Amino acid sequence: MEILLQQIINGLVLGSMYALVALGYTMVYGIINLINFAHGEVLMVGALTSWAIIVTMQESMPGTPGWIILILAMLISCVVAAVLNFAIEKIAYRPLRNSPKLAPLITAIGMSILLQTLAMIIFKPNYKPYPTLLPAAPIQVGGAVITPTQIMILGLTALSLAVLMYLVNYTRLGRAMRATAENPRVAALMGVKPDTVISATFIIGAVLATIAGIMYASNYGTVQHTMGFLPGLKAFTAAVFGGIGNLAGAVVGGLLLGLIESIGSGYIGVVTGGVLGSHYSDIFAFIVLIIMLTLRPSGLLGERVADRA
Amino acid sequence: MAGKPNKKIVVYAVSAVVLLVLPLLLQGMGNFWVRIADMALLYVLLALGLNIVVGYAGLLDLGFVAFFAIGAYMYGLMASPHLSETFAWFAKMFPTGLHTSIWLVVPLGAFLAGILGILLGAPTLKLRGDYLAIVTLGFGEIIRVFLNNLDHPVNITNGPKGLGQIDSIRILGLNLGRPLEIGGFTLSAVTLYYYLFLILVVISVVICHRLELSRIGRAWMAIREDEIAAKAMGINTRNMKLLAFGMGATFGGVSGSMFAAFQGFVSPESFSLMESVMIVAMVVLGGIGHLPGVILGAVLLSAMPEVLRWVSGVFDLQRLTEGRLDASILRQLLIALAMIIIMLLRPRGLWPTREHGKVPGNGGK
Repeated sequence: MEILLQQIINGLVLGSMYALVALGYTMVYGIINLINFAHGEVLMVGALTSWAIIVTMQESMPGTPGWIILILAMLISCVVAAVLNFAIEKIAYRPLRNSPKLAPLITAIGMSILLQTLAMIIFKPNYKPYPTLLPAAPIQVGGAVITPTQIMILGLTALSLAVLMYLVNYTRLGRAMRATAENPRVAALMGVKPDTVISATFIIGAVLATIAGIMYASNYGTVQHTMGFLPGLKAFTAAVFGGIGNLAGAVVGGLLLGLIESIGSGYIGVVTGGVLGSHYSDIFAFIVLIIMLTLRPSGLLGERVADRA
Repeated sequence: MAGKPNKKIVVYAVSAVVLLVLPLLLQGMGNFWVRIADMALLYVLLALGLNIVVGYAGLLDLGFVAFFAIGAYMYGLMASPHLSETFAWFAKMFPTGLHTSIWLVVPLGAFLAGILGILLGAPTLKLRGDYLAIVTLGFGEIIRVFLNNLDHPVNITNGPKGLGQIDSIRILGLNLGRPLEIGGFTLSAVTLYYYLFLILVVISVVICHRLELSRIGRAWMAIREDEIAAKAMGINTRNMKLLAFGMGATFGGVSGSMFAAFQGFVSPESFSLMESVMIVAMVVLGGIGHLPGVILGAVLLSAMPEVLRWVSGVFDLQRLTEGRLDASILRQLLIALAMIIIMLLRPRGLWPTREHGKVPGNGGK
């Protein structure tokens, strides 16, 4: 039982990160129908920037409380990632808005490789330890342990989701976003500026991805230039799983995927008598996805099936 | 469309001569250059296969490298001592390992890859566009994870260590792994492989070209342009899509087995998602659905970076930039920039088709 509870906690933590990244994918897809392959790299840039800030601050201002450093690092790296993502959209995706659909897909892939390479050149290719800023002492919860970092992750996810939901449901910008996602042409006729909305979407996505990146780094304790790839892929899977284009779907998909992965890798050894190990944890996401899409091609909460490839 | 028939023949003859003489010239500069040409031809083969799936039928497949891997491991297992070294019962039957003839392995690899292609296609028939993309991507990853982990409990793939000591290709008593002497002139092993790959590419181009003009090809393009209309015209879209997956995968299987024989070594590293992405990029950058374009894209993206690697070695970039920029980083940087810039300047590819108004996933929703 303790193992199960522990795996559920781990799964929720993992799932929160997937959910935040998945929101970025799903918002972009919902509006411009693009699989933004560079989104995982935005997470990486956010995490590496925050690492650089934390390390410099710890050196130059010793004695500053951890949480202040963390908040400052988070704010600055969010701004950096937001500016970057805004620029990426403007340079690589906007000029291709009316081109064949595979063209922006290729620039997105190119952007993803470019960001990884640049990050490698700037930050060197080695793994860097990510400082622990919160107290390390774990807290016992009914036989399982939860660390302050994990509590921060869950809290931060809840907060980000609340802010996002408010933004999307109760603000002018949110209404414009929903309208553009529904039908960009009609939205434009109603006075919405699609370009502004799309830029805003990329900025919001970048902020969410950076938060997820910092969580990821704090949870695993290392950062590196390739760290964005796998979470990006999983988050995209989560977005499709929940029904791409659907915000609630992305959150549900992310959390479910985190839980499945964590419980799956916790039990696969037991179930198969040690034949299959936790090395296989990375494929749960995909197996679940394939089964899911076979049964429900539009995802868990998705309604419309794209009628064109 | 094309010029006068005899002008066309001249173009063909000139390119044939160039292609035949090329490795002999390159050989003089060193086997490194012939190797690059060999790899470029293998990528052409792969890109031609993927072009059937993406270019003709409009099904975005991001896991194409899985079929390449299957062909490669198939050849690797059947033409290396690995199985005999691992299994006692197997060693009893074949003490030195299976050294299967290529006339058996290559068709078998192609067949297996084709079957898997159809198996992958079957559950995804209902899916379109991006959903299909992510499922195929997942499939590619699943295959890679298995290749990486099937070294226990039973050691089949030798895990991350990969399979080594794979036989080179023998055709009619000619061992392509050894240099061949003809009247005082030596053809190196890589040059022999070059000719083999060239033959395969020519055969594939002919097959693809005939397919494009056939009923099947037109059915695929109809599905690509408008699936519902195609169905209404009486095209069996299910069978046609499965056929596209199967045919494309077959190409992947063949080039995989060639790759294994050429390298003499296979490991899961060669079959990462990045490889799949690169093959898609070749097809799209060149000009999706257009044979000359696809070939151009494959040659550019596979050969250009290697040439750049050499250039950066000559100028000793690593020292100039204090170790921050080495050949492989520069190569990656330039591939990325090429992908972005080419698409921004020519969103329909470097050498697009003229006749088709649409390519898969055309602009509007």
